[in-house]
Amino acid sequence: MAENIGKIVGINGNLLTVEFELPVRQNEVAYAILDNLRLKSEVIRIRGRYAELQVFEDTTGLRVGDAVEFTGELLSVELGPGLLAQIYDGLQNPLPALAEECGFFLKRGTYVPALDRSRKWQFTPVVSRGDMVSAGHALGKVPEGIFEHLIMVPFAMAGRYRVAEIRPEGEYTIEEEIAVLEDEKGKRHPVSMVQRWPVKRPVRCYAERLRPTEPLVTKIRIIDTFFPVARGGTYCIPGPFGSGKTVLQHLTSRHADIDIVIVAACGERAGEVVELLREFPELTDPRTGKTLMDRTIIVCNTSSMPVAAREASVYTAVTVAEYYRQMGLDVLLLADSTSRWAQALREVSGRLEEIPGEEAFPAYLESVIAAFYERAGVVRLYDGRTGSVTIGGAVSPAGGNFDEPVTQSTLKVVGAFHGLSRERAEARRYPAIHPLESWSKYAGVADAEQVEYARRFLRRGNEIYQMMKVVGEEGTSVEDFVTYLKAEYLDAVYLQQDAYDEVDGATPAERQKYVFERMIRILKTPMSFKTRDEARRFFQDLVQLTRDWNRTPMDADEFKQIEEKIEKAVAGVTRYV
Amino acid sequence: MYKVYHRIDQIAGNVITLNAPGVSYRELAEVTSPEGTSLAQVIRLEGRRVSLQVFAGSRGVSTDAKVRFLGHPMRTSFSEALLGRIFDGSGRPRDNGPTLEENMIDIGGPSVNPAKRIIPRNMIRTGIPMIDVFNTLVESQKIPVFSVAGEPYNQLLARIALQAEVDVIILGGMGLKYDDYLFFRDTLEEAGALSRTVMFIHTAADPTVECLLVPDVSLAVAEQFALNDKRVLVLLTDMTNFCDSLKEIEITMEQIPSNRGYPGDLYSQLAARYEKAVDFDTAGSITILSVTTMPGDDVTHPIPDNTGYITEGQFYLRNGRIEPFGSLSRLKQLVNKRTREDHRTIMNTMIQLYAGYRETLEKQAMGFRMGAWDRKLLKYGELFERELMDLSVNIPLEQALDTCWKILAECFEPPETGVPTALVEKFWPKTRIEESASGEADRPAGDAQSPAAEEKAEAGKAVAAEASDKETTTGREREAERSRAEDEAAQTGSESSQEKKDTPPESGGH
Repeated sequence: MAENIGKIVGINGNLLTVEFELPVRQNEVAYAILDNLRLKSEVIRIRGRYAELQVFEDTTGLRVGDAVEFTGELLSVELGPGLLAQIYDGLQNPLPALAEECGFFLKRGTYVPALDRSRKWQFTPVVSRGDMVSAGHALGKVPEGIFEHLIMVPFAMAGRYRVAEIRPEGEYTIEEEIAVLEDEKGKRHPVSMVQRWPVKRPVRCYAERLRPTEPLVTKIRIIDTFFPVARGGTYCIPGPFGSGKTVLQHLTSRHADIDIVIVAACGERAGEVVELLREFPELTDPRTGKTLMDRTIIVCNTSSMPVAAREASVYTAVTVAEYYRQMGLDVLLLADSTSRWAQALREVSGRLEEIPGEEAFPAYLESVIAAFYERAGVVRLYDGRTGSVTIGGAVSPAGGNFDEPVTQSTLKVVGAFHGLSRERAEARRYPAIHPLESWSKYAGVADAEQVEYARRFLRRGNEIYQMMKVVGEEGTSVEDFVTYLKAEYLDAVYLQQDAYDEVDGATPAERQKYVFERMIRILKTPMSFKTRDEARRFFQDLVQLTRDWNRTPMDADEFKQIEEKIEKAVAGVTRYV
Repeated sequence: MYKVYHRIDQIAGNVITLNAPGVSYRELAEVTSPEGTSLAQVIRLEGRRVSLQVFAGSRGVSTDAKVRFLGHPMRTSFSEALLGRIFDGSGRPRDNGPTLEENMIDIGGPSVNPAKRIIPRNMIRTGIPMIDVFNTLVESQKIPVFSVAGEPYNQLLARIALQAEVDVIILGGMGLKYDDYLFFRDTLEEAGALSRTVMFIHTAADPTVECLLVPDVSLAVAEQFALNDKRVLVLLTDMTNFCDSLKEIEITMEQIPSNRGYPGDLYSQLAARYEKAVDFDTAGSITILSVTTMPGDDVTHPIPDNTGYITEGQFYLRNGRIEPFGSLSRLKQLVNKRTREDHRTIMNTMIQLYAGYRETLEKQAMGFRMGAWDRKLLKYGELFERELMDLSVNIPLEQALDTCWKILAECFEPPETGVPTALVEKFWPKTRIEESASGEADRPAGDAQSPAAEEKAEAGKAVAAEASDKETTTGREREAERSRAEDEAAQTGSESSQEKKDTPPESGGH
């Protein structure tokens, strides 16, 4: 293979202009050679003899005239056993391995293979010689932590193949040949346990896409009951800084009822990633009894890491998610934050001197965001099993204003919107999801009619509150005042949740159903009070009692006791007609 | 050995362009013109055309100025000899000490591998209850003080610097008024802290480009100290000036601005600096405390907005007090679980009740009748502001928590506070405090007559007076506004609670 070498003619930030002679491909990977360093970059525009490349590293020290080596390959990730529990940067370099090599700092131009080449995996074939297979079809399996990791026919192999050879059960490294496939023309293709796939292309090796209907339980009450997320669905969490986006995503990554969680920390604080990667190995997943890390993959390109790789990181994450979906698993991808990714697009677009759209974001922002969220979904695989990718993206709108382009483009393509509000966060009402502005198109754990009733109640409570601000408390009838207090009560004990309390922090679906019905009964109970102060006092006590109830495990005796106390308290003020 | 170039093709803003082959990106050059010699850095290469950003500004640079490329990017010297010294943005001594040239290190180095970071675990005690109790400062945190011109933010910064238990203090001043620079120097000197301090000062009178270098130089030095097992506190004031310098350069380079003229990569630029805050696995740490003055007191302005998304919380300094609303330390839950068991509950309860107080203030201002509950809240709010919010209060955390319990017991019955029953049993004071009940009547909170407030007002005046050197009217107006706001704080509540009410939750919605 002839080497395709170009020459740098211009440098502006992380954008190189390179003169080339042999053909190059749009979006192919190239390396800029700086002394003994090779800086990874991607072709993003071609004009005549000049290609423009974004470099995934700092460009300090490059000179005009330096060589650039084109590889002819699109930006790809490695897929195979060993991905789970790993921590990657946006280009799929394992960070712990980089740390071993370079110490505290991320030295540019250092790349480490994503998967361990020396580790042996216990392989069991599931096909035999002569079987007919196609892309995505399982050839064998290896145990990876708590899952059976399927070794599949590489997704890039189009057409049908006959299994010409398959290795017997035994231990193999990922690069060893485990099968040989023969295509219709009789050409033989050796297959190992690792395959590569270009990150920006969705994996489509499935029979059909299904409608997401089954709720994905996050154990956060306001989400599961009021604004549910479906397996294979998409949702977004926009919110100003300090409103708890990241905490909410961390809680979801911890409690969600799902097989695999992929956290894409995209352009956010490094400290937040550190919390995950130091805490998860210590936390137990109640579903499996293993540590949470065993079901987690972290792809992080934090804010101070090179901008171009930030853009790649969300694609790396979603490609890995699709890979596990192909094994019939349910995968949740949490991207924090998609705004940083959009900003990376903006920075590059600015350097390319493209005509800017709104707020200088590129005109193609919307289609790029839509294409990303469309990679979520439930699919029926060739063998009849289903797998899903659910995408939850945090959005960080400038100034907390949801009218900005990234939030608006995202809202068009997601199935649920969890809008965080600064007011609620400042009043310490966590999770700060706004109960009146948020919405979801999916079905939740509770009865839809009752949810609608509760929402009407909240809306009515807010109306009274607004009115009260004008006419004062004394201008409000006791009846209206009680309605307002009931709405506040529902907010305080059901919508709000203490994330740091072991019991209250995670409410399973069963408990949500039970408690929510009790709440509805209280809302529907007519109550009579002589004065507003008496009513307020009653609800203060009730909130206190119910919060204690929330902190009590459902199987404890105390749970029943407190419940009776609540019932008695409510019965004490009930107006019998 | 270095070739000297004489022909400059273009001078625009602080950027000069010339033809030179073989120049590397971000390389430094020395530009000598009749005005003197300045460093410059390569910021764009297009074939043979080289664009250089001149640190001292392009004023007086002639088309035949001598340009000599140095073959390396921006560096600064690092050694223990830096301690006690004062430099400008490009590393030249500002005091009368010698120029340091040994052990040169690159500035703006690579980012720390997240896998080598650890979860912050040490609280930094400041003695300020609004920080210690409600928004604990944590070692390796990066946190800005959001403020507006005229507030005593530099005083606050200096006080935290002196009380915090750290090994090295690095002060990066950007666009500092000369008086402020002297204030820092004198304060640190009087407290005997100058010998553990390094200062990189860019004053308002210095060339803009040097302002851009201050954070990088400060943090590069901080990083070296941290790698040598030192706990470093970096103070950056005022980051707004840094961002404005960025804007100036981007516009000169004819880049497309994104929001209110600021460059599209403002977030990345700020993040590259703030993310240097770190707690190393096996070495020291860097904590960054910065000041961001909000233009027009608008938190949605691109500078505070982008900063807020990067930093781990923020302190709002308004009317000489740290606001409980909006202020946030994201790392507090990492340390406040180990301080005292009641810390978290107290923190949340006190703030929720204080929010109620602010609401009541508004109702009061609108002339509504005050119910029994309202009167309780009013009493609570006044106590809270006097015993805890006043910046002159200087007590350790434990004492501050006790004060909180006392205030609660003074004003409420346990169920009214929503504190879990177990904690009430353990901490709720059995007897009420007498002295604060009697002191309440004759000394309302925020009163300018209290010695503490007087001190503050003095400080504020000093700052305002300095400002008035330049902009007489605005300085005076601000000062007047400030004292007015201070007086009214007790009656009308502060802006933040107004804002809160101005944007109520929509009743329509989905």
